[in-house]
Amino acid sequence: MSKVIPGLLYSESHEWVKVDGQVAIIGVSDYAQSELGDITYVDMPQVGEQIEKAQEFGALESVKTAADLYSPVSGSVVATNKLVEDDPSLINADPYTNWIIKIEMSDTQELDSLLNASAYESSL
Amino acid sequence: MKYYDKLIFELSESGRCAFSLREAKVEVELPDNLKRQSPLPLPEVSEVDVVRHYTNLSQMNFGVDTGFYPLGSCTMKYNPKIDEEISQLPEFRDAHPLMHSEGLEEIYSQLDKALAAITGMSHFTFQPCAGAHGELTGLMLMRAYHESRGDFGRKRIIVPDSAHGTNPASAAICGLDVVVVKSKENGLVDIESLKPLLGEDLAGIMLTNPNTLGLFEKDIKQIASLVHGCGGLLYYDGANMNPLLGVVRPGDMGFDIMHLNLHKTFSTPHGGGGPGSGPVGVCEKLVPLLGIIRTSAFHGNTGVIIKALAYILSLGKQHIALAGKYASLNANYIKESLRDSYKLPIDSVCKHEFVFDGLLEPNGVSTLDVAKRLLDYGYHAPTIYFPMLFHQSIMIEPTETESKQTLDEFIAVMKKIAQEAVEDPELLHSAPHNTPVGRPDETAAARQPILRWRPE
Amino acid sequence: MLQPTKAAYKMTEHFAYFPHTEKDVREMLDRISLSSLDELYSDVPSEFIYRGDYDLPDAMSEQQLRNYFEKLASRAPRKKVFVGQGAYDHYSPSVLQYICSRSEFLTSYTPYQAEISQGTLRYIFEFQSMICNLTGMDVANASMYDGATAAAEAMRVCISSTRKRNTVLLSSSLLPNVLETIRTYARFSGIELLEIPSLEGQTSLEALRSLLSDQVAGVILPQINRYGVVEDHSAFSEAIHQAGALMVEYCDPSALAVIKSPAEWGADIAVGDAQSLGIPLSYGGPYVGFMACRSEYMRKLPGRLVGQTVDAQGRRCYVLTLQAREQHIRREKATSNICSNQSLMALWVTVYLSLMGPKGLKRVNDLSYEGAHELKRGLMETGLFEDPFPQRPFIKEFVLKPLCDVAELQQALDGAGYFAALQTEEGYVSFCVTEKHEAEEVAEIIRIVESLKQ
Repeated sequence: MSKVIPGLLYSESHEWVKVDGQVAIIGVSDYAQSELGDITYVDMPQVGEQIEKAQEFGALESVKTAADLYSPVSGSVVATNKLVEDDPSLINADPYTNWIIKIEMSDTQELDSLLNASAYESSL
Repeated sequence: MKYYDKLIFELSESGRCAFSLREAKVEVELPDNLKRQSPLPLPEVSEVDVVRHYTNLSQMNFGVDTGFYPLGSCTMKYNPKIDEEISQLPEFRDAHPLMHSEGLEEIYSQLDKALAAITGMSHFTFQPCAGAHGELTGLMLMRAYHESRGDFGRKRIIVPDSAHGTNPASAAICGLDVVVVKSKENGLVDIESLKPLLGEDLAGIMLTNPNTLGLFEKDIKQIASLVHGCGGLLYYDGANMNPLLGVVRPGDMGFDIMHLNLHKTFSTPHGGGGPGSGPVGVCEKLVPLLGIIRTSAFHGNTGVIIKALAYILSLGKQHIALAGKYASLNANYIKESLRDSYKLPIDSVCKHEFVFDGLLEPNGVSTLDVAKRLLDYGYHAPTIYFPMLFHQSIMIEPTETESKQTLDEFIAVMKKIAQEAVEDPELLHSAPHNTPVGRPDETAAARQPILRWRPE
Repeated sequence: MLQPTKAAYKMTEHFAYFPHTEKDVREMLDRISLSSLDELYSDVPSEFIYRGDYDLPDAMSEQQLRNYFEKLASRAPRKKVFVGQGAYDHYSPSVLQYICSRSEFLTSYTPYQAEISQGTLRYIFEFQSMICNLTGMDVANASMYDGATAAAEAMRVCISSTRKRNTVLLSSSLLPNVLETIRTYARFSGIELLEIPSLEGQTSLEALRSLLSDQVAGVILPQINRYGVVEDHSAFSEAIHQAGALMVEYCDPSALAVIKSPAEWGADIAVGDAQSLGIPLSYGGPYVGFMACRSEYMRKLPGRLVGQTVDAQGRRCYVLTLQAREQHIRREKATSNICSNQSLMALWVTVYLSLMGPKGLKRVNDLSYEGAHELKRGLMETGLFEDPFPQRPFIKEFVLKPLCDVAELQQALDGAGYFAALQTEEGYVSFCVTEKHEAEEVAEIIRIVESLKQ
């Protein structure tokens, strides 16, 4: 069974969001990492880039597959996780601690359309 | 096969030489700023070092000449030796591409004629060097056709979800937007899902027939009339042409453009991944456009083209009628012989290939495990995890050049592996055991890529 | 020549490549519960079953096949080749044909099953390493179809590596068929191309500067151009990089033993055709293209890559890697549609470079240089040519402006068994001399041209 953490918001494309004021911290769910298997590379956007909700902002690669990452919110990228970029296996080890990017949200109302933990869990 | 652990660079010893060239009277003289400054770390070895090294490497390789190679969608037939010898005739080997050569031009024109007869298309261009290159060239011709009629709005192309990955990739590179049409449960294109995708912005559809599940698109006539009805063209991905060889012509089914993989259907060797050849054939109305598309430097892979003509001439009008049929017979024979051990997701007469969805009783054994265990028994593995319609796809294509005995032995081994899965799954998880190396750590290879040897 | 005759075909007819006996077919049909081979096609609408006689010749025996092609070969007489223009008549040592004909290499497929493909994987790894060593780049892929397609793919890498830029600059001194291939790819990918004019036989830096802008993703330049000139690219990389674009060098890898490497010029990507490294002319193919780049563009590379790793027991081995870029995984989002490489031709090149080593490859250049300079000197002395670019350095290939009748010149050479003096788009005649050619042949060409003076 994949782990789902309460208190986070989730997208149907398996990203999670932790809200910190105006900033959305974004990673992928345990389900996503286990489907991919050993992650070998994280394709990251650049800090400062403007991203729309549902827009592709990067990708995770494993040996035999790749999954695009879609932003759950709109805004500008304020940070990317260098640790994860250097060692993608961290996402496999703990997908909820090892975030991928942080976005300064331009519209916090977009959060309303995301799933809470129990809704996400039942969608799996 | 035995393990041999050397790179040619590691045999290098300064001062050794394996070249045999006369002395030069002068040295290259160039202005200083045009001269190479950095060292050139190429190996310095003797001729016998080179021959032994590459002979040792060859002994860690498996080819069609080594054993049965049922790799789905790759049509690994026997490659006749006479074709090889003919392609190396000195007159062909030493011809410069910009030279006028009546003999070579005749070879192209004979092959053009033969392929037209076999496929029902009008003419072919031979520039594409591979199947995917053929797709790209063919799609360029599709766009050029619409544009030649002043029709610039056709930017969408329909590709079934079961298509080879090259189809959507080629379309994207050709500037087309890919629209995926779903397959029905039986693996065929869903006409009802197709209809809403039609329109005046449609460039065409790409189809493999039989599809990647080895199933014939029965509704091809209706698909053709729907696509043609909205002004689109039909592209035939010839990767699966083999079962139709001598039986059905794509041109008769309504296809306007197609490519052939000479290295599949016409038995030119695959060479470890190339050179291939992917000539593109078109119907009459597109013939004038053939001259305007240049997608490679000269005349395509001439050496491959010569071999393909030699193969066709050895088949002749007599034997060609049985090529496709024997290919289909062999595939169905394996399928029916193994359905008690492997899961057959689509139960119907197949063509040259078919797909199992893993073991009937997996017991934790994956398709990858089965594939790796086959290597222990001296077979190349089938294509695995493609098509992606099933989770545990095993795609088997025996080709017509394999005998019943070979198939029977393969069937027996596949059954034995199914038995092993029940009795000793660990044996399969850790397979292969008898190969020069075991399963490579692919994750490590991708995480910390080492893509070249570096001087110490 | 080939008159098809009607001949009824019996299923038992002997054919070496179909092993099926009548008994086999019967038993196999029984197993699948069908009564005839035709029933295998019962799902095909009957109107699509081809019932006509295929318009093909009668099947040929091996001897007939040999005779047929030998007859065709007699209509393709061998010439002594003194033309280059992208296909170079270098010597191919006998070891190459011998090794590359080994059927374990020849009849294998793409090395998907690494455990039984270490031969292919290992030589591709060596090929990648050698291409890096020649070009000075960090990474090279497992090969491309040919030089022209490698250049076209490099154009695409420039676009995908830069943001919101859609123009690529091409030197007009690139080989004509390379230009034409790039143009074809660009036209359908919606990429804008602008051409950089040449000045006195070499790409003009001034013209390049005036064309650079924030729309330019990359610049493709020939190291040795269509006139045979070794171009001087001093200050090119500074200008290109300042504008935020990528620099691509199109090179003849044989010459890289002596001329400045793409890395030394500051290029980001090196492409070219490695036919000049031991692959026979073969009327234009199969050849092998290559692409190498700086490591930051590694994941933008098209085609296959082989990487080193270890197996379960810790033994060094090789695999196809970074496949998540490729079409079978990424489909329409892949870096390229390329699925094969020119693997066997990469083996030709790898074995060739192993035999040559740094000294042999330099010797090839010295000998070619010697012959080409001797030929040019002799031809100029006839007074029948003008040298369009007297100041420009060259190695083995050069063009001259003819002051005589070109058709007559070509005919005289052809009559003596030479393919030389190929006319270019600009009206020049092009010559190329390699280490294969002896001084006597060069002298004979000069004598033939001399005789046209009367």
